Amino acid sequence: MKRLHLIGFALASLCAVGGAHAASVLIRNATVHTQTSAGVLKGTDVLIEDGVISAIGASLAAGDAQVIDAKGQPLTPGLFGGLSNLGVHEIGLDPGTEDGTLRMNSMRPEFDVTKAYNPDSVIVGVNRVGGITFTALVPVPDAGGSIIAGEGAIMQLDGTSRTHSRILFVQLGGAVNELSGGSRAGQFMLLRQAIFEARNPNAFAEGDERLLTPFGRQVLKEFLDGAGVIVFDVDRAADIRQVLDLARREKLRIALAGAAEAWRVAPELASAKVPVLIDALENLPYSFDSIGATLENAARLEKAGVRVAFTMDSVEPHNLRKLRQVAGNAVAHGMSWDAALAGITRVPAEIFGVDKGVGTIERGRRADLVLWSGDPLEVTSLAERVFVDGALQSDRSRQMDLRDRYVERVRAGNAR
Amino acid sequence: MRMSLRKLASAVSAAALTAGCAAQSKTEEPVERIAPVTNPYPSTYKPAASPPTLLRNATVLTGTGERLDGADVLIVEGRISGVGRGLTAPQGAREVDASGKWVTPGLIDVHSHLGVYPTPQVRAHSDGNEATNPVTANVWAEHAVWPQDPGFTAALEGGITSLQILPGSANLMGGRAVTLKNVPAVTYQGMKFPGAPQGFKMACGENPKRVYGGRDQFPGTRMGNIAGDRAQWAEAQEYLRDLAEYERKVAAKEKDAKPVKRDLRLDTLAGVLKGEILVHQHCYRADEMAIIIDMAKEFGYRVSAFHHGTEAYKVSNLLAENGVCGALWADWWGFKMESYDGIQENLAIVDAAPNGCAIVHSDSSEGIQRLNQEAAKAMVHGRRAGFDIPPERAIKWVTSNPARALGILEKTGTLEAGKQADVVVWNRDPFSVYALAELVLIDGVVQYDRSKPTPPRSDFILGQPAAAGVSP
Repeated sequence: MKRLHLIGFALASLCAVGGAHAASVLIRNATVHTQTSAGVLKGTDVLIEDGVISAIGASLAAGDAQVIDAKGQPLTPGLFGGLSNLGVHEIGLDPGTEDGTLRMNSMRPEFDVTKAYNPDSVIVGVNRVGGITFTALVPVPDAGGSIIAGEGAIMQLDGTSRTHSRILFVQLGGAVNELSGGSRAGQFMLLRQAIFEARNPNAFAEGDERLLTPFGRQVLKEFLDGAGVIVFDVDRAADIRQVLDLARREKLRIALAGAAEAWRVAPELASAKVPVLIDALENLPYSFDSIGATLENAARLEKAGVRVAFTMDSVEPHNLRKLRQVAGNAVAHGMSWDAALAGITRVPAEIFGVDKGVGTIERGRRADLVLWSGDPLEVTSLAERVFVDGALQSDRSRQMDLRDRYVERVRAGNAR
Repeated sequence: MRMSLRKLASAVSAAALTAGCAAQSKTEEPVERIAPVTNPYPSTYKPAASPPTLLRNATVLTGTGERLDGADVLIVEGRISGVGRGLTAPQGAREVDASGKWVTPGLIDVHSHLGVYPTPQVRAHSDGNEATNPVTANVWAEHAVWPQDPGFTAALEGGITSLQILPGSANLMGGRAVTLKNVPAVTYQGMKFPGAPQGFKMACGENPKRVYGGRDQFPGTRMGNIAGDRAQWAEAQEYLRDLAEYERKVAAKEKDAKPVKRDLRLDTLAGVLKGEILVHQHCYRADEMAIIIDMAKEFGYRVSAFHHGTEAYKVSNLLAENGVCGALWADWWGFKMESYDGIQENLAIVDAAPNGCAIVHSDSSEGIQRLNQEAAKAMVHGRRAGFDIPPERAIKWVTSNPARALGILEKTGTLEAGKQADVVVWNRDPFSVYALAELVLIDGVVQYDRSKPTPPRSDFILGQPAAAGVSP
């Protein structure tokens, strides 16, 4: 109960409270991609007062607001960075900087990776100047871990460690066979056992082997009761069907990640209203779980009525800014432009239940926006202004500091 | 005094020639010269015959730094015959209306592991790193290339016409690399780029010292990395001296001419010192690149390109002055300590140095499918930093510059008359996320036509129920 209370507080903060105090800003003459029923509003002004979008319309009075001339350029909601280890992983191949995986050789749904989150990671700033304003922080399993990797949350790139909306991350498929006794069938066995334990904490005799700790049972029970989304990372069509079956029987609130063969079960996903988070660039049979991988996954899912959001194929956090390129490629291969933009704004916000805070541009919302130099899905466009949780963010990152230190040297012929 | 190895090398070949002539002119029992077979795994690739092709009225980026609007590209007998306005189609020519489309040279990736780390990435396919010894100069990547890797087709659909397949970077000296034409074949010899020099993969920094240091083996430090390299080069110099001495004795018909014991590892290193095999050095940090450049001078060889080079921007003038290309990513960084200082302007800054040679490389079965998009990102970030980079310049990063680093610029990499007709027709400006290669020609032969779906080229994909309706 206490935990749920905390989450309630966090959600409230995403909607209305918190964020740095900010001066008023008027974004003049933008093409506003609201991601609401209002659609795309050309030649439109957006006024931000005390961090809140107070007006959207034509020729708004600036008052004492700082005016940003958008010159008709696109203004979108802040972008989603996908499922990632942002903030819990600084560099690879060094255990002291990696906190995304628990290796205790036991199943610990209570492993809450958000406790390791470091808002000062330079990777946060690097992605934020690229237009990323929120991400789904999740733990991932590895050798010594468990297919239920633990708990994560939606994080805003607002410089704080506040969490929004709980996520339980589960990895399935051949890649984690070694965590389930050598068989993917073992994964479903373990899941069913864990769910049984969480639902029936007293159905054990003295000496019975248990999968979960008492606290682990409590945390899993909260997710079974709908406290957050359970994300299943699964690629193979047959495995997806098993997950859908499990979710139906256990009445789970789920989303799929990876889902390379999701297009092959698109009608089932649509009728079960299960959304997917896919890497639209995944088109090779990286494993025998993804023989059916195709660049048309996103387009085919959209056509079938499945809600599609995007994620990278890895939780490696350094280049989440590439996710809009992923969305753009989905368009090149048949997805509608609107659905692709939604897949990195509104849809992930809806999937994780933070759509009252991020993912759309609406009056009364805290500003979470990006002003682009051009088409936000285009590789030749750049993020020019980024607002997170009401505040205009710095347009600098450590990478820009490095650039400026050395760019003059090459101009002077001294880069050696 | 240090004798230049390049001079020594030419001395060797001169001696060999003289020996050959001398042996035939004498009646007494000749001293038989014993030498290894050259080119023992020859290319069997021969382009099919193709009709003359005229691509009409396109925006043409030639790869030489030029842009021609409303221009035609004429291909005859598999070669570029001309580029310009209002070209005349020869009789029987296939004409393609390329109005509104863009034409570029075929894209070239200098850094790929397709075939040696193919998909599916099962253990049985892990053939890219002979990580059993820090020096495996004796191994050749081509002997592990699986031509059925579905990644080749995916790369072709992204406009890749030539690519270098390298061994991985676990070792200081990982082995020989091979340049392929991206054509379907059952054997790698059927893909091997005729006449392309082999590459030699070396690695500095974290990988070798981590892989071997982690096993309590040499090298365990960056000091060890360089010491390990230098010991090899010193030995290779000795090997070359021994070979030269043998050739001298054969030429002088000295009866005690004893062939030098063949050493496959030293054969490779000797090939580098003679300038026949081009060094491709995996290296991230600026300070290490400077050390490598000094080491190359110490032993008399050249580095063709630094690969990955996330800090190349810090020493862009040094690279340019030494004729070393930077084969780089647009924005990957930070995945290990030595890549922590990567920036999105890296390519543009390397390009900006006088005589700079910037290359967009992939090292990725995903990235190789869209080198044009990666170049676009680097171009735009360079422009924001104040560099003037029009598309006709940025296209060189994925065409002529990689051709130069691979030693095939005389054959391909630009749309100049006489070059092999490796050409891509794009549905729009290729520096766009929405751009798709519509037509990909290799040596004038259409290898990919987006308007004509074909069965999967890879035998692995063929007949897979899950892949029905999937391309590639």
